[in-house]
Amino acid sequence: MTDTLSDTARPAAPSGGWRSARVEEVAHPTPRSVVLRLDVHDRIDHLPGQHYVVRLTADDGYTASRSYSVASAPSDPLVELWIERLDDGEVSTFLADVVEPGDALEVRGPIGGWFVWDGTTPAVGVGGGSGAVPLLAMARHAVAIDRPDLLRLAVAARTLADLPFPDELAAAGAVVALSRDRRGGRPAGRLTSAELGALVTPGAITYVCGSAAFAEFASQLLVELGCPSADVRVERFGPSG
Amino acid sequence: MAGPTRGFLGRARKADLRLPPGQYDIGPDFPVLTAEVTPRIAPDRWSIAVDGLVATPTAWTWDEAHRLPASVYEGDIHCVTTWSKLGTSFGGVSVDTLLDAAGPMPQASFVMARSSTGYTTNLPLADVIGGKAWIVWTHEGHPLPTDHGGPVRMIVPHLYFWKSAKWISRLTLLDHDEPGFWERNGYHDRGDPWLQQRYQGD
Repeated sequence: MTDTLSDTARPAAPSGGWRSARVEEVAHPTPRSVVLRLDVHDRIDHLPGQHYVVRLTADDGYTASRSYSVASAPSDPLVELWIERLDDGEVSTFLADVVEPGDALEVRGPIGGWFVWDGTTPAVGVGGGSGAVPLLAMARHAVAIDRPDLLRLAVAARTLADLPFPDELAAAGAVVALSRDRRGGRPAGRLTSAELGALVTPGAITYVCGSAAFAEFASQLLVELGCPSADVRVERFGPSG
Repeated sequence: MAGPTRGFLGRARKADLRLPPGQYDIGPDFPVLTAEVTPRIAPDRWSIAVDGLVATPTAWTWDEAHRLPASVYEGDIHCVTTWSKLGTSFGGVSVDTLLDAAGPMPQASFVMARSSTGYTTNLPLADVIGGKAWIVWTHEGHPLPTDHGGPVRMIVPHLYFWKSAKWISRLTLLDHDEPGFWERNGYHDRGDPWLQQRYQGD
């Protein structure tokens, strides 16, 4: 695994090519999300943080592809994707509204060697909205390998419905910061420096994932808290409609 | 497989010859996709060096770079995540101007572009000469925003945009190819959008 941006060795993260996947399960945990559980033919197991590309092909050969972080642990026999449904999204609306169990999808993965946690070193995960998906994979992996002590999490969103499986994240010990709603004893408000400061762990890699605005907010907060920039890995979600 | 996906029609579309295969027109948006903490670099602290296999390793400060002949790119950019931004513009100086001053040695055939963050990306030398690459400090007439690589980034718009290193600080000429940051992490060494060279092996 790479240690810094400018390391010269190729990381050991797994990498897979195009595969055929069969949709085994489709669930809609909220009106604005869809969970697809895929049986990927001839699959190469991912590491938490990696993503897959889903490519849709129309009858005339037109294609549309989007990248989605994997939500499942490597030990899960299926690859699980949690996808935010964007009203004007070409791919997410199809995946949310049209796809049924039994459908075949063309996928490529796992991809990515930077925003990756292999479960052997201390890690802090900070996710905003759907940016919590790769952190969910980390949390599930930590449970699967019985090393929950290595991982500390904070997730932030407007409401609970904007997070993937918030109960599971909370059960994994994640700080859950909701900007619109009170939750338990926590008043509504964005993630605070104090909440993040309590998670900062010297020597840990910190993984920040979310929209460009969230990633910028959280990563600058971490630097202000004394986290070396070199120990912060950022994944900014682009538009992935 | 690669047959049609059941039920997928896709957006209403008409052929736009400016869009490479698999790309869509994102309109006026300009997404930010970077792997590291955004650095804050004051222009008076910024500089760019050209070194490696050159006759005269040379560095320019902000003021020195601004005194070089101005050059503008007007056209399209293509991100590997499948958005393209059509009809945009960047202003700065041509990479040719910097290389002409430093004097590439005959055996120089590749370039490693380096950012002040440590980000790197590798390019064939042929892809940054002949009016194909720029070092830029304006976007559509305004100072380049920090999150888009300001104060100064490189652009190599005929390749996928991860080749256009933000916060550019150094161009090192080499006689061999070495993978940069994304290239080590699964992405293609050249990244031609018209050939869909997205990942290693494409």
